[in-house]
Amino acid sequence: MAVIRDVMPAFELVQPNSITDAQKVLEQQGESWVLAGGMDSFDWLKDRIKKPRVVVDLSGIAELKGVRATADGIEIGAMTTLTEVVEHAVIREKYKLLAESAELVASPQIRNQGTLGGNVSQDARCWYYRAGWPCYRAGGNICYADTPEGRNREHAILHADRCVAVNPSDSAPALIALDAKFVIRTAKGERVVDAEDYFIGPEIDITRLHILKPGDLLTAIRIPSTWAGARFYFEKVRDRNVWDFPLLNVASAMVVPSGSIERIRIAVNGAAARPLRLKVVEDAVRGKPPNAATGEMAGKLAVMGAVPLQFNAYKIPLMRNLVKRAIGGVQEATWTS
Amino acid sequence: MSDIEDPKTIECPPNTLTRRDLIKRVIVGGVAVSSASYLFRASTLLRQSAPGTGERLLTINVNGQQRRADVMKQETLAWTLRHKLGLTGTKLGCDRAECGSCTVLIDGVPHYSCSVLTHTVRDRKVLTIEGLASSDGTLHPVQQGVIDEQGFQCAFCMPGFIMAAVAFLKTNPNPTRSELAQGLSGNLCRCQDYDKILTAMMRGAENMRGASRV
Repeated sequence: MAVIRDVMPAFELVQPNSITDAQKVLEQQGESWVLAGGMDSFDWLKDRIKKPRVVVDLSGIAELKGVRATADGIEIGAMTTLTEVVEHAVIREKYKLLAESAELVASPQIRNQGTLGGNVSQDARCWYYRAGWPCYRAGGNICYADTPEGRNREHAILHADRCVAVNPSDSAPALIALDAKFVIRTAKGERVVDAEDYFIGPEIDITRLHILKPGDLLTAIRIPSTWAGARFYFEKVRDRNVWDFPLLNVASAMVVPSGSIERIRIAVNGAAARPLRLKVVEDAVRGKPPNAATGEMAGKLAVMGAVPLQFNAYKIPLMRNLVKRAIGGVQEATWTS
Repeated sequence: MSDIEDPKTIECPPNTLTRRDLIKRVIVGGVAVSSASYLFRASTLLRQSAPGTGERLLTINVNGQQRRADVMKQETLAWTLRHKLGLTGTKLGCDRAECGSCTVLIDGVPHYSCSVLTHTVRDRKVLTIEGLASSDGTLHPVQQGVIDEQGFQCAFCMPGFIMAAVAFLKTNPNPTRSELAQGLSGNLCRCQDYDKILTAMMRGAENMRGASRV
């Protein structure tokens, strides 16, 4: 697509300084665009694919920023930047999984501006969709990626339903593995949902990757101390080492007190329209030693039911091996194609 | 920018203006004319859709000075710096947060200025490449390092690289080459001159450590 180098089309910019004010504005203005760090938003606006009349900038709301200790764990404001998440001492010490995932997002400057709330709420990267093609996700009735000639190397292998785009977040699977809770402000009040329930697939709503409805705000993410200091594994596979979204990533938290897995949570992203918590794998490996054989079994279980498109069959062995490494360990697990 | 006067027709007394000064003068003089089409279009749009928007006089702290400019709501910092304040040292490459040429420091932290709305930096301090040298003209140690090592080819990406390096070296004054590469990984060089750039920035780091010892 031709890159347009003049200013974005005009919009009204509203800069509230409290969550309540932001909600009032969203209620009064009707359809408006919520701006967090802007790293996803500005592409849409500059390309003229989305043309909001009103943009609500959350960057002036102090209560949305920073990491706070809670009675049971920590609460991270949705507008906390990824750099702050990466560098925060408590997160590094107890919830390293999240710091590791955030550190692998995009580039240093993007992490300095991109927020944790934005990272989990960003839109799909399917280029047909982002270039403004009238696909299912854009409200149309065709998928351009799921055709014999469609460029779908980066697309879904699991749970595709008409749309084959994937969720591009790196922090999302880490938050699922840490059993995080997402705090949402709606017109009716505050609502707290489990991390895995924040994300939705096309079977629920094909135009959104998360449960936020117009007017709703993600205000914070709470991480319970349940998994503090557990054995963590995060791996992201991408084409280039900076800027790139994951082809696939895996995040796991395990508690291995005496040679066998007592508790485990594991999630992958880049495989479907929502980050997938692999419950089947968790149930199968509980009570077993975290070795190559368990990893092998886990990897095979993880990809059961996977359906490749024309150019993304590589994702099936990739996902199998990532799960194998997360559970069996990098030393133990050998890579198989 | 078709409305800018042909540079040949601008009066330019010999030997009194550098090329850079001339370009700046054209920009400052021409911006009113050149941006008129954008502004006009924007304001017509606004009258139809959202009354009350449009330009607003802002005061922004850039390079230690309070600078005033009429800024549109949808205007990016890179646009304001280059087209309203005449600070053309900040380059605009991709305009999509993918190249790093427009990197400036906001409160000491590197940001892609193509992806920051100027209205969001009202209470913050912006530092561009023009603000690095001290008032007596002494270059910043990183700038000196670039000159010492002749670190760039075309140097379009240079201001962005230098700003990213200045901020990174404050957090890590004595990096290894690979740590520095990691710190500068948000900037691209289309000449593929990374090796020399890193050498120059390593020299810059050395200069900075030397300067702080004095």
